[in-house]
Amino acid sequence: MAELTRQKERIRGGVAQALAHDSASKHVTGQAVYVDDIPEPQGTLHIAVGSAAVAQGRITNLNLDAVRAAPGVVCVLTADDIPGLNDVSPTHSGDDPVLAGERVNFFGQPVFAVAAETFMQAKAAARLGVVDCAADTPVLTIDQALAKNYLISQDHEMVRGDAAAGLKAARNRLSGQMEMGGQDHFYLEGQVSMAVPMEDGDVLIHCSTQHPSEVQHNIAHVLDRPANAVTVEVRRMGGAFGGKESQAAQWAALAALVAVRTGRAAKCRLDRDDDMSLTGKRHELAGKWTVGYDDDGRITAADVEMATRCGNSKDLSDAISDRAMFHLDNAYYLDQVRILCKRLRTDTVSNTAFRGFGGPQGMMIGERMIESVARAVGKDPLDVRKLNFYGDEGRNTTPYHMQVEDFVLGDMIAELETTSDYRARRKAITAFNESSPVIKRGLALTPVKFGISFTTTFLNQAGALIHIYKDGSILLNHGGTEMGQGLFLKVAQVVAEEFQTDVDRIKITATNTAKVPNTSATAASSGTDMNGMAAMIAARTIKRRLIAFACNQYKVEESDVEFIPNQVRIGNQVVDFDDLIGQAYLNRVQLSATGFYRTPKIHYDRTTASGRPFYYFAYGAAVAEVAIDTLTGENRVLAVDILHDVGQSLNPAIDIGQIEGGFIQGMGWLTTEELWWDDSGRLRTHAPSTYKIPTCGDRPAHMKVKLWEKGRNAEATIHRSKAVGEPPLMLAMSVFHAISDALSSLDGYRTVPDLDAPATPERILMAAQKLKAKSR
Amino acid sequence: MAKNFVTTTINGDEVEFASYPGQSLLDVLRSELHMTGTKNGCGSGDCGACTVVLNGRPVNACLVLGVELDGAEIETIEGMATGTKLHPLQQKFLDHAALQCGICTPGILTMAKAFLEKNPDPTESEVRYGLAGNLCRCTGYDKIVRAVLDAAADMRADG
Ligand code: FES
Ligand code: FES
Repeated sequence: MAELTRQKERIRGGVAQALAHDSASKHVTGQAVYVDDIPEPQGTLHIAVGSAAVAQGRITNLNLDAVRAAPGVVCVLTADDIPGLNDVSPTHSGDDPVLAGERVNFFGQPVFAVAAETFMQAKAAARLGVVDCAADTPVLTIDQALAKNYLISQDHEMVRGDAAAGLKAARNRLSGQMEMGGQDHFYLEGQVSMAVPMEDGDVLIHCSTQHPSEVQHNIAHVLDRPANAVTVEVRRMGGAFGGKESQAAQWAALAALVAVRTGRAAKCRLDRDDDMSLTGKRHELAGKWTVGYDDDGRITAADVEMATRCGNSKDLSDAISDRAMFHLDNAYYLDQVRILCKRLRTDTVSNTAFRGFGGPQGMMIGERMIESVARAVGKDPLDVRKLNFYGDEGRNTTPYHMQVEDFVLGDMIAELETTSDYRARRKAITAFNESSPVIKRGLALTPVKFGISFTTTFLNQAGALIHIYKDGSILLNHGGTEMGQGLFLKVAQVVAEEFQTDVDRIKITATNTAKVPNTSATAASSGTDMNGMAAMIAARTIKRRLIAFACNQYKVEESDVEFIPNQVRIGNQVVDFDDLIGQAYLNRVQLSATGFYRTPKIHYDRTTASGRPFYYFAYGAAVAEVAIDTLTGENRVLAVDILHDVGQSLNPAIDIGQIEGGFIQGMGWLTTEELWWDDSGRLRTHAPSTYKIPTCGDRPAHMKVKLWEKGRNAEATIHRSKAVGEPPLMLAMSVFHAISDALSSLDGYRTVPDLDAPATPERILMAAQKLKAKSR
Repeated sequence: MAKNFVTTTINGDEVEFASYPGQSLLDVLRSELHMTGTKNGCGSGDCGACTVVLNGRPVNACLVLGVELDGAEIETIEGMATGTKLHPLQQKFLDHAALQCGICTPGILTMAKAFLEKNPDPTESEVRYGLAGNLCRCTGYDKIVRAVLDAAADMRADG
């Protein structure tokens, strides 16, 4: 009887359970070890970098005598000291030098590095370097780059039907444009690597990176060694958001170079100002559109041109610009469409991955386009949004010729419209605005449809490694990295579910290139989908062996072996999991396995811009209500209601956390976070004193986040869940459009205001003044 | 560089350390004393990751000089739990899953504890403004605010 009762018990930490982060108890006691907390080996050196004071120019003179002579300095490096390739480009483009050799391509670009006994000494010494340049006038802005046709890569186009003919035939046409700023990642833990020299000139690097394999391979190239001479380990990051995908390699390379050269451990940790000045950000994007529509507001043709500000090197800009194009349509069917994206070079730090990877920027252009149509036909933007949704027969092909097969936004929006009381609030706001001359309120409901998979198909692969030790304890390793998103816990929950053991029995271990090789970045929201599957496959391999062993040992059929909470039922006996493992070991059953997963169904041909780049779509929607002061531009988000589709959640606590965090981060991007470069190309917003990310006080007073209960992935993903890392960021488009809505009230909701992002008080004020002048 | 010897009390224990001029308390804690629970998010007094309690007041450890601390009483995250028993705030952060990457957590907990000592029965908006000097890039703050309010309620009930 005892056995039967136990069978009904659930394990602790199986799938779908809401658990706090696996490291939470270490986080709250200060025991969680980040790279900078790892005890430094004796004699560890600290690295600082030095640069020229220009944004663009040829280096004419480099004098580092004073640097070498400074107190505590042990080693000074320039481009000439790099034994291998002086490049850490993620796309091997040859344009991301570890240290600039002949030219400086952005303000602050490292030209030399100095390693000293303490960080303060290194920093002080770095200031003594003399770097003279024959400076050129830098190209800094989108407009300047467009005027010069200063490109980092070729234009790319997506076409379906004939946009020009469609526009000509359209009943109505309008054009518009918008620009949006970039965004600093502002992970609280800056870039950091510590390299420890090993025998044979090998090196072990503790690195805060989302892409250990890429760091490993790039550093092997820099050192001119094979990849097996470099090991990269990541236990956890203090946030990353895309900023530690390609951009971690340079600092890891400097640490590795110093370690190998001096035989001492070396740490390269950027302080906040250097981190913000020297690492890439979200791409600024400018877009303009001409759209044709019928009298109801249904879009019949669209021609869109966008331009991304990529900075001084390619980095991941091609894939990012492509993703802006992939998401221009957001949730809307665009008949007869052409989308073009230019990839501009500027003499600024190279922009890079940031949560959403270009998608949010493209989506904003699409949403702005819809909004302008809604104002033109005089309807509530929500009605025009719904009218243009995918979902109806013959309206399910994206501009890149993929069929949308799992469109659930119709249902979701209907639910959110009701639960948020959208219509009644709309009425109340209209009435409020009529009687309130200065303060205006705005409301917007915006959807998100976000494609899940790396659009570079080969990246969609993952590996995992599971050992069960003979005492029954389990060790789990995979290629995904933990940056706070709860990946490690979710994957452990998947493994716990397979073995039906409590999750506490599973040791989650640091990502390490010596354990699982050739991994992809933990990016594109794909971490759980891919690593969860790989781990499940590994677990099932061991399970199969255990079942075969049990059948043989206990003379039962396969169907008679069942994994029940922390035990295994074999025929009519129940054996503790640990005991079965012990027996299996004595009978020479292999208790270790790897698992490998490749995402099925996806393919994409970039030359024709067509295929199925995404395995599936993740969906969400948000309603935001704001108030703006039309005399000062001040604004507040008053209320937010979110409904988000994570499929069948692997861990609701983690998923809701991702949604809230993503939303607030997106809100920062679109409202307060403004990057500002001066005319010499120097970033002036390089600290939290001048760069404003949302604080606790900016959190809306009413904020309700709900997982969509009917959510279930139509594709066979891990336990039918959906990726959750990036999509929620775009829920914040509702805030921007609510601000826009409040502004629109100034001219009776007839036009869409001229408002760029971020919608800072200044921009809101200027837009308000323009509208007031117009309606006068 | 010449170092000065400084005697302080940290989390109730007398601690002596050597500090050179210009070295921040944050650097002393992390580099000299290997107490790495206090984090460095900006080094310029803007993020709150380095919050410690100095002579009863929450301060940014990155803005305090080590050499000034002779005779000072310092509390850090390492001293918040009593043995293995978590402080109610720590427990509520676990219960509410009020953290993600966790690197802001020590600073926020330290600030929240000091805040609740001054204001044991805060409103939601008082909590939000009370913690406005502590940046978190991951969570969106919602669960943090709830956890602090919940902890405050428990602490009041426990007297
Ligand atoms: S590190 Fe001290 S306030 Fe940011
Ligand atoms: S949990 Fe990552 S910064 Fe707060």
